[in-house]
Amino acid sequence: MLEVVDLACERGERRLFQGLNFSLKAGELLYVLGQNGSGKTTLLRTLCGLAWPAVGEVRWDGTEIRRLGDEYHRKMLYIGHLNGVKDDFTAFENLRVTGQLAGYADSEERALAALRRMELTACAELPGKVLSQGQRRRLALARLLLGDSRLWILDEPFSALDVKSVEGVQTVLSEHLDNGGMVVLTTHQEVEITSRRARHIHLSA
Amino acid sequence: MWAALRCVVMRDLTLAMRRRADVLTTLFFFVIVVSLFPLGVGPEMDTLRLMGPGVVWVAALLASMLSLGRLFSGDYIDGTLEHLVLAPQPLTVLVLGKIAAHWLVSGLPLVLIAPLLGLQYGLSTDALWVLVLSLILGTPVLSLIGAVGAALTLGLRGGGVLVSLLVLPLYIPVLIFGAGAVDAQVTGLGPQAHLSLLGAFLVPALVFAPWAAGWALRISLE
Repeated sequence: MLEVVDLACERGERRLFQGLNFSLKAGELLYVLGQNGSGKTTLLRTLCGLAWPAVGEVRWDGTEIRRLGDEYHRKMLYIGHLNGVKDDFTAFENLRVTGQLAGYADSEERALAALRRMELTACAELPGKVLSQGQRRRLALARLLLGDSRLWILDEPFSALDVKSVEGVQTVLSEHLDNGGMVVLTTHQEVEITSRRARHIHLSA
Repeated sequence: MWAALRCVVMRDLTLAMRRRADVLTTLFFFVIVVSLFPLGVGPEMDTLRLMGPGVVWVAALLASMLSLGRLFSGDYIDGTLEHLVLAPQPLTVLVLGKIAAHWLVSGLPLVLIAPLLGLQYGLSTDALWVLVLSLILGTPVLSLIGAVGAALTLGLRGGGVLVSLLVLPLYIPVLIFGAGAVDAQVTGLGPQAHLSLLGAFLVPALVFAPWAAGWALRISLE
């Protein structure tokens, strides 16, 4: 379970939000909404441990995430604005390295399966630099399917995706939620993910 | 943990092999800087023999500085650095892997070509061996210390100049004892003391630099 207690975040001396409290249980989806500059990305980076909160704590199963360290990283997956695709690696190699870093012994099989699911099999042997923006985004999202992280933190996952791919990603998210996973996401697009327990947070600048 | 270390080393070596031009520029820079001195100073053998070790070492220092910019910036720009920091592996180990790969592509070639360049300075075979030994012990220290500087200045404007100002003063002891080892061999004092000191720099750098660079990366990413 992810818990946020009295959280306040700053960006360059400016207080973005404060007194934020919420918790996320298995199977729950959280939309983070707000205008540009309201601190959505900062909140997401704080949730995954890349940024420090000014006040308050982020806890996983009752323990502060910084104290959990790698144990938390094993259960959480963050996909930010940047796709994290190496130009000089092929799509397959990009995923394989991610799998190896996550410590999977069968990272090659996992990478192939993830590529198939994201309909990127045709691009598997193409280097990252020739992929289109949409293909890169799909390759970034294919990381979700590599492993078994419980908590997915996604910053604008649908940007640059076409209608069909958006539907595919929606299905992936719904399945994850049905299997007891958790998703935190920001999006500017009108996307409906079928979930019994979707919640919204509005950040106001 | 070993699997993670090997994974990062192989990853960075593969990337370097696909961008061979970057690797070769460092090596050519080293070769040219070292070769310019005999042309500028003139063919006076005694002067050259005196200058040789110092020139090779200063050139190695500058070549190592030149390649530092590539250590983390590529991963920072395309976002894979975030993956490394958030990977369920100790960041210190991953950073050590990156430094090791960096040394293999930018430090080791300098070590291997140094004896050839040393010939231009009329160094004896024994002195050339000591030069190679001192570079083998010294260049990893340069990569390790440089990694901390590169991590601290990541994403800053004018980071390249800043990293030189930050790191070059810390390279001074390595330069003194590295070049000193060859001098000691030439003058007949024996290089053991200098080489031991270089080894003594290497051990703590190997232990602390990856850890410090890891923290610097966390700060830079925030």
